[in-house]
Amino acid sequence: MSADLESAQHPETLRRVAIEPLSRVEGHGKVTLLLDENDHIRQVRLHIVEFRGFEKFIQGRPYWEAPVMVQRLCGICPVSHHLAASKAMDQIVGASQLTPTAEKLRRLMHHGQMLQSHALHFFHLSSPDLLFGFDSDVAKRNIVGVIEAYPEVAKQGVLLRKFGQEVIRLTAGKRVHGTGSVPGGVNKNLSREERDFLLKDIYQIIAWSRDAVQLARRLFEQNRELYNAFGRFEAHGLSLVRADGAMDLYHGGLRARDKGGETLFDHVNYDHYWERILEEVKPWSYMKFPYLRELGPEQGWYRVGPLTRVGLCDFIPTPFADQERRSFLAYDAGRAAGATLGTHWARMIEMLHSAEAIKELLHDNDLSGDALVVSGARQERGVGVIEAPRGTLIHHYRVDEDDVIVRANLIVSTTHNNQAMNEAIRQVARQYLDGRKLTEGLLNHIEVAIRAFDPCLSCATHALGKMPLVVELLDAEGATVDSLIRSVGCGER
Amino acid sequence: MTVPAEIKKLRVATTSLAGCFGCHMSFLDIDERLLELLHYIEFDRTPLTDIKHCGPCDIGLVEGGICNAENVHVLREFRKNCKMLVAIGACAVTGGLPAQRNHLDLADCLQEVYVTETSLGKGGIPNDPELPLPLDRVYPIQEVVKVDYFVPGCPPSADAIWKFLTDLLAGRTPRLGHGLISYD
Ligand code: SF4
Repeated sequence: MSADLESAQHPETLRRVAIEPLSRVEGHGKVTLLLDENDHIRQVRLHIVEFRGFEKFIQGRPYWEAPVMVQRLCGICPVSHHLAASKAMDQIVGASQLTPTAEKLRRLMHHGQMLQSHALHFFHLSSPDLLFGFDSDVAKRNIVGVIEAYPEVAKQGVLLRKFGQEVIRLTAGKRVHGTGSVPGGVNKNLSREERDFLLKDIYQIIAWSRDAVQLARRLFEQNRELYNAFGRFEAHGLSLVRADGAMDLYHGGLRARDKGGETLFDHVNYDHYWERILEEVKPWSYMKFPYLRELGPEQGWYRVGPLTRVGLCDFIPTPFADQERRSFLAYDAGRAAGATLGTHWARMIEMLHSAEAIKELLHDNDLSGDALVVSGARQERGVGVIEAPRGTLIHHYRVDEDDVIVRANLIVSTTHNNQAMNEAIRQVARQYLDGRKLTEGLLNHIEVAIRAFDPCLSCATHALGKMPLVVELLDAEGATVDSLIRSVGCGER
Repeated sequence: MTVPAEIKKLRVATTSLAGCFGCHMSFLDIDERLLELLHYIEFDRTPLTDIKHCGPCDIGLVEGGICNAENVHVLREFRKNCKMLVAIGACAVTGGLPAQRNHLDLADCLQEVYVTETSLGKGGIPNDPELPLPLDRVYPIQEVVKVDYFVPGCPPSADAIWKFLTDLLAGRTPRLGHGLISYD
């Protein structure tokens, strides 16, 4: 078995097994395995197989369209793109300080998003693996099976997600692809009636979120050794943190720590993110491979998302979630906090944080204020960064004097985790698949590792950075007549 | 709806082609009505199950247009297996936002690669045979297969999807009245 499993020596001599499409994840991807005659695994790759080109076709559009357009990257976390683009456009319109109403409304929207996305991922997509077992009956291993076997758990998952979606509806105008956030602020406040509508359920939502943390913890405890070791790898971490070191999902400075816990940089203004992060292209995936510039492409790859955020922040600024954070970090002498499957637990702690934060915000009278939008001196470049459910999300635009977008660069959360996901599945292949006859259940182990990252392969497929464009000519029957491969680079900044 | 004791469930497959999953999210936005719906339907291939290939089904719901060769294969498989095929959402119906790339001039793009310094540490051309070939344009699904119903919207609301499905389940011709059809 080669050390890193990224590239086998003689792929043409090896047997190929593909997991395609990846299921119970969002978006389009596949995993290929290459095995030798003794079933030893020689190569494992996660491929992102689609590209769309949002970065390119947003060019030429007026800047105020960006927050509404780009969220169509992703229907699971549209609010993240809506807000990251809005934050970039705040800079374009010179809104250096939003009104309290605008800022708090956006935060509320974002926490609604965190809540619904984390609930969806844990209950609808991942819980079947965790509740039934990684190689359990494929016919039952889905949300319908969970509804039958654990109706109360499933119902809470459905209703947690519903509440998050309702927060989004009332702040953004509709549940999927709303329009509430605009350059320089928001276009509506939250009325007292809307606030009361949400307030009546929030205590139940917090209680269920606390239960969800306990459920994630119990699942970990029941299989402690398996969960600790499964797909485990050491990685550097990156996330935004607030000036005082608190977890802040909406705004902050960049913090990076290396594998050993040493701080690489802290409270870095993200306006010049490219001084810290570069990206690499590999020929077998449309998703790029980012890395920390100071460490280089080989050593500099890192992990983002719930596991990283919960570990990297100094504290979580809501009481129940912070208590859970401390007990998570202490569990098993800190081992769970570095485990790939510990991500589910961390994700539920974040969901609890968002539920608590929503409660605090709903009690804030600023939400019904009337000052919604500000502007100042017009700028040419805008960078907006946010901690989306899956991790750090970077939007970067340049706008000319005619208000037209001339450049766009997006680094979505899942892209940051590209190498980390590949590491996790290679580790799983070594641990569980190597030298064995591959069954459906064994192959699902690979997907279990990928699901821990909650990848949004949909988001990750859109960037038309430096990518090939393959033109396929079809005849009337749809058969391929010809195809043409070209390198296309549509630039950064 | 009251649940009859013995009913033959309709088998439903769903897929996302060149879509954003927003239509699937809107489907899940029927919230607790999902629990009720499951008395009447069962899932074949969908992003929610681990069934990788569509088998014989009563209804196929397709989100997203066609942007690469793999989309074409999946769509044909759906058409072959589903008695009724439904285009859900703007992307499936018209190509949607991803079809914005249809006006891009490839030559311009090619030009850019040679004149633009990118922030890439190491560039290169993804050209692995594992990557399906992108099509020159993004197509609505009816340009490739016959489609029985179109539900517009980006995404269609949960109520629209609910009305559509419950009409079908009740044996009625689906009708979306005022307030349920949107073209955002
Ligand atoms: S129609 Fe809208 S919500 Fe549906 S897949 Fe397309 S962009 Fe997403």
